[in-house]
Amino acid sequence: MPEKFVTRGFVGRREPAGTQTKRIPPGQHLVKDFPVLSAGPTPRTDLAKWTFRIEGLVKEPVSWGWNEFQKLPAQDFVKDISCVTKWTKLDTRWRGVSVDILLEQVELDRRAAFVTAFSDGGYTTNIPLPELVNGQAFVAYGYDGKPLAPEHGGPARLVVPHLYFWKSAKWVRGLRLMDRDVAGFWESLGYNNHGDPWKEERYTGD
Amino acid sequence: MKRTLEWQIATVSRIKPETAEVRTLTLALPDWTAHRPGQHYDVRLTADDGYAAQRSYSVASEPERTGEIDITVERVPNGEVSPFLLDTVVVGDRFEVRGPIGGYFVWDESVGGPILLVAGGSGVVPLMAMLRHRAATRVKTPARLLYSARTYEQIIYGPELDMLASQDGFKVSYTLTRQQPPGWKGYGRRIDDAMLAEVRKPLGLEVVAYVCGPTALVEVAADGLERIGLSADRIRTERFGPSGT
Repeated sequence: MPEKFVTRGFVGRREPAGTQTKRIPPGQHLVKDFPVLSAGPTPRTDLAKWTFRIEGLVKEPVSWGWNEFQKLPAQDFVKDISCVTKWTKLDTRWRGVSVDILLEQVELDRRAAFVTAFSDGGYTTNIPLPELVNGQAFVAYGYDGKPLAPEHGGPARLVVPHLYFWKSAKWVRGLRLMDRDVAGFWESLGYNNHGDPWKEERYTGD
Repeated sequence: MKRTLEWQIATVSRIKPETAEVRTLTLALPDWTAHRPGQHYDVRLTADDGYAAQRSYSVASEPERTGEIDITVERVPNGEVSPFLLDTVVVGDRFEVRGPIGGYFVWDESVGGPILLVAGGSGVVPLMAMLRHRAATRVKTPARLLYSARTYEQIIYGPELDMLASQDGFKVSYTLTRQQPPGWKGYGRRIDDAMLAEVRKPLGLEVVAYVCGPTALVEVAADGLERIGLSADRIRTERFGPSGT
């Protein structure tokens, strides 16, 4: 980036003293509410029909119903999240199951290197497998002490807090292990394939 | 096509007040590329100490107008960028933009139709780009706009919408949710299934729907469109919350 282009008369609203600005990625601003973004209507899934599946390059696919999923060891997570539409929210409180726990239930083919998360309504997003493990990602069904609301991705969504939030697929129904990287929904429509907020990987080519 | 979206310096070439809290800025772009109606640009403002803020604004103009774009900005109470664009910016000012961005909430002839557009407040902006494009290219795709505003005075682009509605194949229906002028013949309530069904009826069920506005309106309208028989994959939404801009 060449020298910064200063906008005449723009001062900006700085975060108040004491705000942890070091936690706000470049080009982002803090919000206190929880904006909703999605490309289509909010799916309403009958929990009796809900399943979560791990498939693709695994020895045996595995699938949990809603009640079985609730019996998996759950954890509380407190994470900062950043949306590509420029908002960042600090200390969001989730309850869910670590992807590490889910992957312990299958035997991975050694070719597995990428994951496509797939959702009700046909949404997909792609994430390299190494970025989903070692405590970096979880499937959440609770938010702020309550069941996760449908407009925020309930009954369950993937949460990958270190990437822009479109990678945290709402209404997630499973993970597909793959040997190659296949662009998901937004990744095919001009958004960055990787999506690291600290590198400002918003759009294709960033 | 893997083109990096580079920042470029836009010059404000015209300013048009739309309502008391909304105005349109025409931006001349040195590196203009045709957008698809519905796409947006990112705006970056930088203070002299290097502090920068970014926001996204939908393009309001049609891609047939080359070399420039319109963005229509609504004041967000206690906002950071919108008050600057409304109160401080004058013709000749320059700031950084990059775009066009977004490949789903877009309409052109390749998507087909008929199209049913549902807007809440300034959510009409990307839909206006679609309607202007439709008029500029004289395509015959049947189109309806259902536009929810709080009051008559808060309708954006009213005269132009009425002018477009005098042409073939397009009609606009307004609903004013807070206050209606004397003799008002439009709707006077929040969007509901009955209203959606009435507006949709002349178009048939094979419509593509675009819904843009605040989250609460989008949820109601998108769910309602499914209830009145549209399939979910024909309903495209774009939402902005209280902190959207």
